[in-house]
Amino acid sequence: MIKTELLIIGGGPAGLAASLAAAEAGVSSIVVDRNQSFGGQLIKQTHKFFGSEKQYAKTRGINIAKKMIEDTHKYENLITLLCDTTVLGVYPDLVATCLKDDKYYKIKAQAVIVATGAYEKTLAFENNDLPGIYGAGAVQTLMNVYGIKPGNKIIMVGSGNIGLIVSYQLLQAGIKVEAVLEAAPRIGGYKVHAAKLRRYGIPIITSRTVLKAHGEKALEGITTIALNENWEMVAGSEEYYEADALCLAVGLSPLSNIFGMLNVEMKYIPELGGLVPVLRDNYMTSVENIYACGDVAGIEEASSAIVEGRLAGFYAANGLKRSLDDKEINDCKKQLQLLRCGPTGEKIRSGLEKRGEGNA
Amino acid sequence: MRIKHHPILDFPEKQKIAFYFQNKKVYGYEGDTIASALHALGVKELSLSVPLQRPRGFYCAIGNCSSCKMIVDGVPNVKTCVTPLKEGMNIRVQTDKGFLYD
Repeated sequence: MIKTELLIIGGGPAGLAASLAAAEAGVSSIVVDRNQSFGGQLIKQTHKFFGSEKQYAKTRGINIAKKMIEDTHKYENLITLLCDTTVLGVYPDLVATCLKDDKYYKIKAQAVIVATGAYEKTLAFENNDLPGIYGAGAVQTLMNVYGIKPGNKIIMVGSGNIGLIVSYQLLQAGIKVEAVLEAAPRIGGYKVHAAKLRRYGIPIITSRTVLKAHGEKALEGITTIALNENWEMVAGSEEYYEADALCLAVGLSPLSNIFGMLNVEMKYIPELGGLVPVLRDNYMTSVENIYACGDVAGIEEASSAIVEGRLAGFYAANGLKRSLDDKEINDCKKQLQLLRCGPTGEKIRSGLEKRGEGNA
Repeated sequence: MRIKHHPILDFPEKQKIAFYFQNKKVYGYEGDTIASALHALGVKELSLSVPLQRPRGFYCAIGNCSSCKMIVDGVPNVKTCVTPLKEGMNIRVQTDKGFLYD
């Protein structure tokens, strides 16, 4: 059995930030990730991030991942990164069972930070299981990690930031984006991203959704339909689009399965993406010494995940009897406040309030 | 289907990897997963759904949704979207829930 002070499950922005913060406080950690590499979904983000310098703003996601991994090397004695390792279970005595290269390992920790991230939602429509229908993240992975075109003629569903950014990335990869469909009457993401697409002449069609997909072995086209102000389908408004790929950017759900086997108190909060753990002020769940941060604790931007990860790392270190640097904590809290302010942060603020973090 | 020019990313030509898809010799490249190599070859149908035999491709590409499961070297239910491609691999479309063969 491997022993560690802190076990961090998930080596994306939140998990890596947590390991770095814990190391700054002098706590050793093992970060496990089931993927071949660390950085989570940052490794396919070719766009530059917003926010402040502390969350690596103006840096492309791919480079943020590289930078964070490099930073962990500065703490070689404290941080161990274990990739290609899937956590199968975490037990009440804080023993995690892991699978790596078809072998089982047990890791016994004094505290666990869950930073498992999120998975992509899908949409209900006829034939939505046809090959050629992908989540937005899959399209990004295929293009930006493997350098492969998901299709030649693509339709994007969802005009949130992910939908808009991935549409632009498709253009950069030389793929034709036929249209961006948005079920709501307004574009969901930042104007700056929408404007970029408009300049390339890509229509962003609001109040319209997918009714049906067509194709035998793979996608050949879709029928769309208009929605009225009550989100009801308008009969007779059907339009057909030819497409060999359909990209669904309709949101994410927290990947919170591990909490289920730990009896962590959960709450269903749509604004945070679904079922999320109830958190104390110090990012500890209802179960002693189990912490959560990043998308698994509520869907947000990677920038917020980095700051939340830092906070969870500091607090977990504090739980392991290291002193808490109030200045750092206050600084992180201020950063989160800034990231969540204004009209774009309204949804997350309302979600956090429902969870009982009124002043978050 | 491979991206040749990209304003931000470089995709230098990598070493070719030979493998078998439905007993036919095909090629992918170093760094590919099984699913990405097949996609680049235009193969989107990776398995058939068990009760209705409907075609299935990958959906999430990060090992979550299990829509990309195939038979790899005789082992069923391999998540091909996160399994690195290796020389000589034998990849088959999975049409049942999967059994362990000898």
